[in-house]
Amino acid sequence: MKTSLFGKIVVYAIIIFGALLFVFPFIYMILTTFFLATNSLPKPHEVFSVTPNLTNYLIVLQKNNFTRYFMNSVIVTSVAMAGSLFLGAITAYGFARFTFPGKEAIFRVFLLMLFIPGVINIIPTFVIVKDLGLVNTYSGLWLVYIAGGVIGNLFFLRGFFESIPKELEESVLIDGGGNWRVFWNIYLPQSLPAMGTLAIFIFQGTWEEYFLALTLIKGEELRTLPIAIMMFNDKYATNYGQIFAASVIALLPVILLYMIFQKKFVQSGYNEGSLKG
Amino acid sequence: MKSPALASGSPVNRKVPLKNKFMLGFKQWMTVLPFIAIGILGTAVFVIYPMIKNVMISFQNFSIMPNAANEWVGLDNYRAVFEDPNRKFLTALKNTFLNVAVTVPVNWFLAVFFATLIDAKFVKFKNAFRTIYYLPIVTSWIIVALLFKYLFADGDGGVVNFILHKQLGILPEAVSWRNHYWSAMIMIWLFHIWKTVGWGVVIYLAALQGIPKDLYEAADIDGAGFAQKFWRITIPMLKPITVFVIINLVNGAFGFFPQVYFITKGGPMDQTQVIPSLIYIQAFEQLKFGPASAMGFMMGILVFILTFTQMKKFGRQRLL
Repeated sequence: MKTSLFGKIVVYAIIIFGALLFVFPFIYMILTTFFLATNSLPKPHEVFSVTPNLTNYLIVLQKNNFTRYFMNSVIVTSVAMAGSLFLGAITAYGFARFTFPGKEAIFRVFLLMLFIPGVINIIPTFVIVKDLGLVNTYSGLWLVYIAGGVIGNLFFLRGFFESIPKELEESVLIDGGGNWRVFWNIYLPQSLPAMGTLAIFIFQGTWEEYFLALTLIKGEELRTLPIAIMMFNDKYATNYGQIFAASVIALLPVILLYMIFQKKFVQSGYNEGSLKG
Repeated sequence: MKSPALASGSPVNRKVPLKNKFMLGFKQWMTVLPFIAIGILGTAVFVIYPMIKNVMISFQNFSIMPNAANEWVGLDNYRAVFEDPNRKFLTALKNTFLNVAVTVPVNWFLAVFFATLIDAKFVKFKNAFRTIYYLPIVTSWIIVALLFKYLFADGDGGVVNFILHKQLGILPEAVSWRNHYWSAMIMIWLFHIWKTVGWGVVIYLAALQGIPKDLYEAADIDGAGFAQKFWRITIPMLKPITVFVIINLVNGAFGFFPQVYFITKGGPMDQTQVIPSLIYIQAFEQLKFGPASAMGFMMGILVFILTFTQMKKFGRQRLL
């Protein structure tokens, strides 16, 4: 494709302008974390003339149990991630490798469920978790995160699992291995890139989850990071430097993971597994 | 339990194959059950049962107090929703449709547009662009909401007002974005589009790899311009992906919650409320579970009908 120099400049100008629109709010946020006055809205010219310093970050880390909320998020996310991955993988294995009556019917019903907006389920979910006596516990959160994620993870993994050649199973079957051995020795190792991609998606989704956490967790000491930041904002509404310092700390793990793995996960998540129309 | 005798089913009696089929199915289920039982049970309890429970609550005078009677009240909750003197539900319904009508086309167009430009052969640093465009997607909704409230702050201290009013003079005066209906809606739309457009860009960037390059070369020979190639080749070739993208965008626009709840809380005077935020506020802040469930049920039916009609086009394509 031959493009004139003028055309190239226009294309670059548009996509760079777009990139600036996406990056600018982040830069403005980071600059604000260097702003030290706590009781007024930082004026743009003040924000643009700040000197970088870590004062707000240090204050936040020592203040308001921030480390505790961070650890809460780590615990909630890691258990939810492990549980979701395992359950998603065995369910997808069942749907990918076995034939059984009603399989496609169940799969279709599951597909429909993906289109029901989650917000509709929030009231009954709260009632069910309350009936189980699990409001204000992580067990309640985990149950809903893990069980609620099965369908999406099943959809994601099934395609990968189905693309694993049957011949690979033979070595295990000849050794007298059963279905579990095939799962552990063939399907899991063969689909590590897909599992890794899914792990990052789940990590990202759970790390920032606010809807259930807001509804199910009442105790201050159990709050996860997003809720803690929201409450912090309600409490110190004008303390922009510290609010955004806390936000930057909360964002770091997700953004770093994304930056490191993005090339791998977008490709494997999209091209190989998901949309084989 | 009799042994299935699968291999040697005698074809003499018609009932035997049927029975064999049943036994075969039963055996297949027994084999697969250890792997799918927990997944299906979990989905039944935490995805499917809640929908049924939601319908039940919508016909009850429901209270979360232990041992509450929760008596059946017929259509009272639905009546309450529609007879509300402040017409909150109808306002939220109108806003929900408006959000879909405004954000879906803009989001879709920007996604294809940016993806096509980034995909142009001569563009360097494609990965860097893709990463930057996707950044808002990996950022948490709550944090982006706080950030947007800050960027759209009242007066010239808000950086958006500062740029649009003070620097560029596009706005005649500094706007109190969240205090007026239309400015609040525009802020909500910009927030939503900024936060989600990267998803479409990344999907389309991947999809564009699948378009055969010789189509463009042939068009070049025929002397087609950029716009012609975009509308005549790119858009038609992307159609299957577009169905997938549009369904997801529509679904996302129906599901507006953080966009409203964390930005305006439905204000000013519940004017910017959408159904999800209204449901949440009615249920968990005003404890009107019955009417909130009634709204949820009606919204569920609506979204279901809208997406179900798209399902046939969607076929066996799988989701991300």
